[in-house]
Amino acid sequence: MALAAELRCLVCQNQTLADSNADLAVDLRNQIREKMKQGVGEADIVDFFVARYGDFVLYRPPFKATTALLWLGPLILFAAGLVTLFNRIRRRRIPEEINLTDAERERVRDLLADNKPNQR
Amino acid sequence: MTRHFLPLAIFAALIVLLGVGLTLNPREVPSPLVGKPAPHFELPQLHQPAKTFSQKDMIGKVWLLNVWASWCVSCREEHPVLLDLAKSGLVPIFGLDYKDTREEGLPWLRRMGDPYQLSAFDGDGRIGIDYGVYGVPETYLIDKHGIIRYKRIGPLTPEIVRQKLVPLVNELNRG
Repeated sequence: MALAAELRCLVCQNQTLADSNADLAVDLRNQIREKMKQGVGEADIVDFFVARYGDFVLYRPPFKATTALLWLGPLILFAAGLVTLFNRIRRRRIPEEINLTDAERERVRDLLADNKPNQR
Repeated sequence: MTRHFLPLAIFAALIVLLGVGLTLNPREVPSPLVGKPAPHFELPQLHQPAKTFSQKDMIGKVWLLNVWASWCVSCREEHPVLLDLAKSGLVPIFGLDYKDTREEGLPWLRRMGDPYQLSAFDGDGRIGIDYGVYGVPETYLIDKHGIIRYKRIGPLTPEIVRQKLVPLVNELNRG
């Protein structure tokens, strides 16, 4: 009954039909078993449940307009994180590119020289 | 400034989202059946097993299908609301005695009062599955064309009757 592990028990919502011992789960498992004996395909059995309980019974909800955020949300957050990271790294490099004028260079040399009187 | 403000804003947004999430009831799963024809059934009646009741018998009327059971605790809480609603004559109420036995269902109604025109008897819960029942009591409002227009999972309360059922029933009766 691999199928029962794909479907949610509506009574104890964080368990699958396969895990749950709720009365309703037992009934629904019997329904699945009966339908399989009749030769009903898995996809049709899933449709049977979705028609009655909605997409909520599926542990893997289908990708459609109402579930787009659910599926894409983590990707969007990850992309936003990457963009932020790259921006930070780029900003950190800016100070290296400061160009000194000739006068400033002269002054730096003087200051450094003044601070090392012993080497003169 | 924005550097300190941004994490705070994200945190606040998260708190608001989680706060809203706390007030939602995860048991209220939107039913795919609303707006669709009430699933077909033909069941023996609770009081008179020789007679049957079908959703087809109600075509042309606005009516309420209330799923109940003698073992259902919330049904006791809901029962006075149903009795009041039946007395008001707003809409005929039909019961679906779900996964119950006649030996327990009948005395329960005798003791608590019977708001139903009649109850259909769904001993093995087969029809309950067709109606997507998972938390008794559940209530369906069905229009003249046999379309489910509203579904309530859990007990009806006077507020729901006043704010949801009364306006909807009146609207459906006009249409």
